[in-house]
Amino acid sequence: MSAQPMHIDPAERNWMTFSAVLLLAVVAAVAFAAFGLGIQVPAPESRVDPKTVSTDPNSPWSNPGVREVAPGKQYDVYILGKTWQFMPAEVTVPVGAKITFYVTSMDVQHGFKLQDTNVNMQIVPGQVSKLSTTFTKPGTYNYICTEYCGAAHASMFGKVIVTQP
Amino acid sequence: MNQYELTSQEKKFVGWHLFVAMFALGLGSLFGPLQAFEHAGLNLYPYLKPLIKSYYQGLTLHGVLNALVWTTFFITGFLTFNMIYGLKRSLRYPKLNAVGFWMMVVGLATAAVPILLNQASVLYTFYPPLKAHWGYYLGLTLVVVGSWVEGWGFYATYMQWRKENPNTRTPFIAFASLITMVLWQLCTVGIAAEILTMLLPWSLGLIANVDPQLARTYFWFTGHPLVYFWLLPAYISWYAMLPKQVGGKMFSDTLARLSFWLFLILSTPLGFHHQYVDPGVPPAWKYLHSILTTSVFFPSMMTAFTVIASLEYGARKNGGKGAFGWILKLPWKNPSVTAQLFAGLIFFFGGIGGLANASYNVNLVLHNTAFIPGHFHLTVATGVTLSFMGISYWLVPYVTGKKLWKPQWGVIQAWLWFVGMIFFSNSMHVLGLLGAPRRTPLGDAPYIPPEWNSRLFQVGLGGAILFVSGFMYLTVMIATAFGKQTATEQIEVPVAESLQDVSLTPAWLDRWAPWLYGAIALVVIAYGPQLIEQIGNIALTSPGFKPW
Repeated sequence: MSAQPMHIDPAERNWMTFSAVLLLAVVAAVAFAAFGLGIQVPAPESRVDPKTVSTDPNSPWSNPGVREVAPGKQYDVYILGKTWQFMPAEVTVPVGAKITFYVTSMDVQHGFKLQDTNVNMQIVPGQVSKLSTTFTKPGTYNYICTEYCGAAHASMFGKVIVTQP
Repeated sequence: MNQYELTSQEKKFVGWHLFVAMFALGLGSLFGPLQAFEHAGLNLYPYLKPLIKSYYQGLTLHGVLNALVWTTFFITGFLTFNMIYGLKRSLRYPKLNAVGFWMMVVGLATAAVPILLNQASVLYTFYPPLKAHWGYYLGLTLVVVGSWVEGWGFYATYMQWRKENPNTRTPFIAFASLITMVLWQLCTVGIAAEILTMLLPWSLGLIANVDPQLARTYFWFTGHPLVYFWLLPAYISWYAMLPKQVGGKMFSDTLARLSFWLFLILSTPLGFHHQYVDPGVPPAWKYLHSILTTSVFFPSMMTAFTVIASLEYGARKNGGKGAFGWILKLPWKNPSVTAQLFAGLIFFFGGIGGLANASYNVNLVLHNTAFIPGHFHLTVATGVTLSFMGISYWLVPYVTGKKLWKPQWGVIQAWLWFVGMIFFSNSMHVLGLLGAPRRTPLGDAPYIPPEWNSRLFQVGLGGAILFVSGFMYLTVMIATAFGKQTATEQIEVPVAESLQDVSLTPAWLDRWAPWLYGAIALVVIAYGPQLIEQIGNIALTSPGFKPW
């Protein structure tokens, strides 16, 4: 290392300090949202064989749909993606319950974006994508395939119908 | 005026790079408006059969030709110019560089055949298990390896120059070009692993199945630093050339160099920020990459300061006054300057959107939505592309020895690109926030509510304006290169002097070892454990599909 000092204009030094503070604020805000508010991204859940995931009787995706874990409180929803539809294409759950989605694909990659929620997942064959949400208002929420999956990708979507119990 | 001159052979060599780049841009840009019109409810694809089979064949052409071919060929050409002009010497092994160039051309042709035959409509991310014809993967590999060979030619040239000039600071444009090339070679290891260990043998029928999750990890190892490979050549122009064109100097040679080193170190270990919603990557690693991604914003902010300060310095010397009034004193009639000023302005907004993409959980709102193409049309399709257009307004006259044809067309072209991109990109961002998916013929999607129609119309309007702008650009280029108007005076190469004495730049900013080893070490830390885990748990379970 040379002992030669680095020449930095004072205005630029201030700007660099400002930039560093701004970036730290962004990192802190994201950290607060992640660990304070619990807004998390998908984590490794489990792996499956895409060739047998829809036929193996032990696979929940051989019979995808809603499973009631605790009535009115907690539901698991198994959804299988394939070109170019989600199975099932419609599920019904009650308002106020914790809904956990387990989604996988039997062919190519798909996307699963549930409108007006924080559920947004890449669906990768061989992997199970999992995220939870709680609907606070009754209504119809589309889940849309957001990854290119072939010719009729634009028609691939499903509906969550959220009902007042 | 006394300036270093490239030989006519060298000018031709650079010119061929630019020619292929612009050919790709011209062809690829035909499809951009088609996607945009489709969003607005006017689907022209049915009329293109039997030539182009589908929206997705068009989208693949648009992505590959514009994002990969136009950029890579323009960049290798521009860097070749920078090496020769910056070091004021010829390439050490011109034949090696020529071999690299022709490998890229052969690769382009090899990939183009299956794309044009609708055998590779997998888009430019080619996520398996979508399976393209092997020619597509082989062709892309040859383009990348060819660019490596050209890079090796640069290194040999630099080492020879260093031997001849042991105590001189490397001239900035050559220095920054070398860093750009090293960054490229460091990061393309990921895509090389993806194609050579999985996709190529798979498409040739040597292996039956692949692991799509591991493929994504490999791809994004390269995929994000790729954007810095596109961007840094534009930064070279903004830092070192644009100030000269506005009558000023480079504000700080020291910080310009420091920011390039920071880009080398920080550009690669952050690819998981494209995989925040992937099921197979643990959140802790995603979070680490989120912080690293945010830190790249730091050299970007430094760049913003230095570039704007250099512009202001030039404008004030030309009589500019006031806090913002000086902006009017910039040479807005010079198409090269106007294009790059708009490129920089638009890129600033692109950077802010990028910060949202990079922010771990904020990304959940916009991942895989129309926000993303909205974002990268501000960055690569304007920050980079419009800058390259600006550079070509002096570089093409320089390498062809011709006078620029109708410079005022260039100025109008830059304005149109700016206006068209505002319509297009702003609407795409809004649609994305409303939940519209990317890579989707939205005019055809059954779930689009009618309230989105005015936005979709603006996407189409923007596309139309951009099409006119692109057409004007290529017309100027063709008319210049093949016109009869030989330049009467020497065409000036704009390379700015540093405002600060270059010998004040500390020596440690001109030493490779610490930065290069640091970059490699950070990649190993940020990727090593996950690569070991994902490769160790490889599950080759996905056969190929061709659902287009």
